[in-house]
Amino acid sequence: MSTKKFMYLNRRSSFGTVYALESLEVVLIAAAFEQDVSLAFIDDGVYQIVEGQNTDGIGMKNFSKTYHALGDYEINKLYVSAESLEERGLTEEDLMPLVYEDEDDDWEEKPSVKIVSNAELSKIMSEQDVCLSF
Amino acid sequence: MLHTVNKSSFERNSLQSCLNTIDDTSVILLIEDGVISAAKNNNSSMIADLATQGRVYALKGDVEARGISSKLADNIKLVDYAGFVDLVVEHGTAVSWV
Amino acid sequence: MADILGAEVDEEGFLVDLKDWTKEIAEQMAKDDDIELTEEHWDVIDFLREYFEEYQIAPAVRVLTKAIAKRMGKDKGNSKYLYSLFPYGPGKQGCRFAGLPKPTGCI
Repeated sequence: MSTKKFMYLNRRSSFGTVYALESLEVVLIAAAFEQDVSLAFIDDGVYQIVEGQNTDGIGMKNFSKTYHALGDYEINKLYVSAESLEERGLTEEDLMPLVYEDEDDDWEEKPSVKIVSNAELSKIMSEQDVCLSF
Repeated sequence: MLHTVNKSSFERNSLQSCLNTIDDTSVILLIEDGVISAAKNNNSSMIADLATQGRVYALKGDVEARGISSKLADNIKLVDYAGFVDLVVEHGTAVSWV
Repeated sequence: MADILGAEVDEEGFLVDLKDWTKEIAEQMAKDDDIELTEEHWDVIDFLREYFEEYQIAPAVRVLTKAIAKRMGKDKGNSKYLYSLFPYGPGKQGCRFAGLPKPTGCI
């Protein structure tokens, strides 16, 4: 099977609509088919990976934990829009410390999250075979 | 009146529409993705005055689910579901800006 | 609706409510598949349950194999060994015994 570059654009927060959860499911499925997957978090999508989410009070599944499994699925390119973070009063320190183990570097733990400007993101998007927006 | 807003002010104009028509005695309750407007961010100025007057509430469970408990803007009052009911009883007619 | 020891299961035999799970249910599911659960099975079942608790998903087989290899060594973290324990697939059958949903991406 040929490998394509897939990018998933996450634009909405986690619990108000089903988009975030649907995106995550599709991402995990695509990874199972060993495609080159990257994720972008823009607009309210940046809230999907904010640290310290607790859903006890709303009775919904806290799937923020699942983003920690992405490294196991060899999904280690998570781009976050710097502008979107800033508009929302957030910084990199407010995000979950998502990591992966680098097979080519003695399984050293490395960060998966990269803060990029919208201009940089635009360039990364242009290098993809497929971009899916959620 | 009680106005509930359940959309993020970054994504929809529901909060703005609500603010455009709200009177001097009404209060706003932010729920679901509406609580994003309760966090300190570029849109905080939209509700800052109302919050100073003690007229902006946010639903606690929704705030916690989004991991923004420690980032709330000034003077936002948190309520639980029982507090939601109290607001409905206290303020009469409710409008949902869905 | 079908059930196993009173716990509701879906058309593929997966528990509808994760909270219903007991060791007895796992043993009954295995018995129905003609499998006697050994310590080796339980190691994998316990691992699957811990993985779900931490990440809220059932791992894909590839991820499971790698994780078991890391935790228990390569002699166990390979698909031949895991399939010898769970002939219908360590993901699908293992997750079912562990009371988890079917792994995402598992057809």
